[in-house]
Amino acid sequence: MKNHKLRPNFRFLLLAALVTAFALPPASIAQQSKPWEQIPIPALHAFHPQQPKRIVLKNGIVVFLQEDHELPFIYGSVLIHGGSRDEDPAKAGLVGLYGQAWRTSGTAAMDGDAMDDLLESKAAHIETAGDDDSTELSWDSLKGDSDQVFSLAIDLLFHPKFNAEKLQLAQQQEATEIVRRNDDEDGIAGRESAKLVYGVNSPYTRQPEFSTIGAVTLADLQGWHDRTLKGKLIVGIYGDFDPVAMEAKVRAAFESLPPGTPEAARHDQFSDPKPGVYFIDKEDVNQSNVQIVALGVDRHDPDVPTLDVMNEILGGGFGSRLFQKVRTQLGLAYAVGGGFSFPYDHPGSFRVEVLTKSVSTVDATKAAEAEIAGLNTKPFTAEELQRAKDDIVNSFLFDYDTKDKILDESERLEFYGYPADYLETYHAALGKVTLADLTAAAKKYIHPEKLAVLVVGNGPEIKPGLDALDMGAPQPVDITIPQPPGAPAAGGAAQQ
Amino acid sequence: MRHRFFPGFSSGVWLFTILLAWSAASAQDLKSFEKRITVKVLPNGLTLVICERHDAPVFSYATFVDAGDVNDPSGESGLAHMFEHLAFKGTTQIGTTDYAAEKVALQKVEDANDAYEAEYLKPVGRDEKKLAVLHQAFVDAQSAAEKYVVPNQFTEVAEANGAHGLNAETGLDDTQYFWSMPQNRLELWAWLESGRLADVVPREFYKERDVVMEERRMRVDSNPIGRLEEQFFATAYVAHNYGRSDIGWPSEVSQINATEAMAFHQKYYVGGNIVVAIVGDVDPATDLPMLEKYFSRVPAGPKPEDMTTVEPVQFAEKSVVIREQTQPIYLEGYHRPSYRDPDDAVYDAISDILSNGRVSRLYRSLVEEQQIAAEAVGESPIPGEKYPSLFMFGAIPLPGHTPAEMRDAIHKEIEKLKTSDVTDAELQMYKTRTRAELLRSLNDNQGLATSLAEYQTRYGDWRELFQQLDQVDKVTKADIRRVANQVFVASNRTSAEIDTEPPAGPAKQDGGAQ
Repeated sequence: MKNHKLRPNFRFLLLAALVTAFALPPASIAQQSKPWEQIPIPALHAFHPQQPKRIVLKNGIVVFLQEDHELPFIYGSVLIHGGSRDEDPAKAGLVGLYGQAWRTSGTAAMDGDAMDDLLESKAAHIETAGDDDSTELSWDSLKGDSDQVFSLAIDLLFHPKFNAEKLQLAQQQEATEIVRRNDDEDGIAGRESAKLVYGVNSPYTRQPEFSTIGAVTLADLQGWHDRTLKGKLIVGIYGDFDPVAMEAKVRAAFESLPPGTPEAARHDQFSDPKPGVYFIDKEDVNQSNVQIVALGVDRHDPDVPTLDVMNEILGGGFGSRLFQKVRTQLGLAYAVGGGFSFPYDHPGSFRVEVLTKSVSTVDATKAAEAEIAGLNTKPFTAEELQRAKDDIVNSFLFDYDTKDKILDESERLEFYGYPADYLETYHAALGKVTLADLTAAAKKYIHPEKLAVLVVGNGPEIKPGLDALDMGAPQPVDITIPQPPGAPAAGGAAQQ
Repeated sequence: MRHRFFPGFSSGVWLFTILLAWSAASAQDLKSFEKRITVKVLPNGLTLVICERHDAPVFSYATFVDAGDVNDPSGESGLAHMFEHLAFKGTTQIGTTDYAAEKVALQKVEDANDAYEAEYLKPVGRDEKKLAVLHQAFVDAQSAAEKYVVPNQFTEVAEANGAHGLNAETGLDDTQYFWSMPQNRLELWAWLESGRLADVVPREFYKERDVVMEERRMRVDSNPIGRLEEQFFATAYVAHNYGRSDIGWPSEVSQINATEAMAFHQKYYVGGNIVVAIVGDVDPATDLPMLEKYFSRVPAGPKPEDMTTVEPVQFAEKSVVIREQTQPIYLEGYHRPSYRDPDDAVYDAISDILSNGRVSRLYRSLVEEQQIAAEAVGESPIPGEKYPSLFMFGAIPLPGHTPAEMRDAIHKEIEKLKTSDVTDAELQMYKTRTRAELLRSLNDNQGLATSLAEYQTRYGDWRELFQQLDQVDKVTKADIRRVANQVFVASNRTSAEIDTEPPAGPAKQDGGAQ
């Protein structure tokens, strides 16, 4: 039985929040009794989350083994440093193509199609993927098939045979994404607002074009593979295995490798976006997608716990200031929210978004901007702080309530070089955030005059126009898709 | 399509969601679950399903109401979804400063809305001045009622107590509410959940209606696939409500009133129509009496009468062509029976063989060999499962390729299914993968709660989640050929496509999507 349902895929961590003092009725109308406060909340059952076994091989490769015997499956992954931010700008899209073609090409012993047939007949998987700072090979199978699947995965890790046809297939898939990237309003808004934050040519926002994906060769894929496999690999195994046998197997596969060389540190420059209002006209929509953005902070920043609490208060969920004002009180949006993001090794963004019908674009944008500015002018209340903390603290459990989540977190911390007890430290710091911390952080990080506002919407329908935002003349953003040199206008591929 | 209370911001929506067959498991798994699962039907008809899993001090729940937008009365499309949004607004006990006074104020809002609508909808002789006065009175009545509201208090109390993944979804067939929580909040949850099922108050209804209109603009009006799907289903059905916009036609959802929403609640939110499943660190011996106490508050009642409209047999092929600037897509659908049909698993087998993964026939043919599509799938049932639905094919052309090429290539694959048997390996692969997927899905508390509630509702017994594997194992090659020949015929087909047009010249008119 199936439902055609949209999976939640929140761009921001949408946890929760609280009623704000301004929304509460005057004291003369006392709230009737609060029956839920009479319900006992007993002590939580004792819980000792199972940490994975961490093994460091003599070549520096780190292995995590996390046993879970409830179901007869074994999952594994190898995380490799280096991703799309490290690729040659003239070959933007290389890592994406590599992530596809690595697996679909297969090995000298077994090509990708044969591997598909074998694995699918066992309901097993081996997959490869590229991300902005890493690539990954992962596998999973029923316990009974795990020896064979492990061997295949290791062969693919160390002996891929990149195939021209599969590279071409990946290039076609990527070309399809390029040609369609201006169809979806949300996609345009996310992509172009990130460019406002980081710059058009930033390693974090540059986008594949027909010319850059066309420039990628088989040798490029092999070269990327050879270089990144020399890095400090992280191996994770989860599921129904015998730990002694599994450790021996992983050692046999990885211990003979030479010591890994650390990925060279990046020295990216980040600067604030140029303030103002930016506009992209899309004629087939009746709702504007508004993105209000600025440069944010790195997770290493000591103010992150405070900003996390501030996120809850500003736009984290149902009781946040943005939700209360723009959705509940004004009825101007279904989707409204946002806050700071905290990447592990580079500055994130500050982003508030609101989706509203064309005619209320200016009203909704101003309402959202007022809530952002209000972080400096509308004092945080003790009640707001308490509820934000309650939201965060009482749902900590869901960061580590399953063994696979704990393994994922361990790998993530290892990958970015954070201490193993980061989560505990972070949780403790969140609990200590004060009103004074919030006020100081707002003063330090919230600068309404530095914000850039991007509107994707239907120009003729937006009345009053964006001039009414008083941020200067709207600056058009050109999102025309560059065609490959000398390409005929292909049928069914008209561009905006 | 399903609509939810809180938006999921999806990226790359041009890809279809490939849905896996969701069927059964083995006797061994069933036995282990029988030991952990307790079912209790309360005197009011409401069913509680509790599955113990004590790994971590948390639980997840799913409330499954067997009513969705297919049940919206004529002229009120989108009502079930609108009610779902209302279910977050609190009760007589939470979300209000003074319910007695609020109740009076809310009745005045309804009266003012009725007066305004009566004038607004006059076919002739509408008095615009009077309309403006009535509108102001309606706005004033809302402001007066809002004085008693503690906005979003219901969700705030839930989240301040650790609710995780709090949301709800309304589909054509059903409405689901769900979240996860620390185990020591079970009683608080029972108070909140039973309260909103039994005792919801239509506060801030008209603001929330504006919110739902924004949801429609986001999902349908401003989204090429949303527009295409709405037209596709509306064309495929002539009688049954599966053809009606699930989020609601703009003129209807914008006119729904709170009285109608509460009537929907009274009819469908009765004990016999609700299953609540809980999975996690729960002990039925001690917790069941408490749960029974709270959930007994839900009004008693048998399941409401079922819908009697039956979609007539289609005898004419139909098609929809949208000409616009967005990139081409091709869809086609064939009517098929509901999930209760003995061939249900045969449809799953066809879907799996055609479109599950890189070994599937559509991928190998359209994507790898012919290199005309980026993605191609065949999935069912859609848009619902409770009533006769569709088997839908879809393909995303590569740049330079057309919907017509997608159609021809899909038809060739259909013809193969009709004229020759699938291989033993393909059939076995379907059975193996279905079993494994079921096993994998058991790992997740929230997913399991949803499945238990769903199977308990649809089959009257959660065990069917596992027992369906028997049907899966019985599927034969002959079944697949027989069903393909029955269903995949031109007269039973509706297609929908986007044909890309170049941008209009500078003299173009406003191009709003309506």
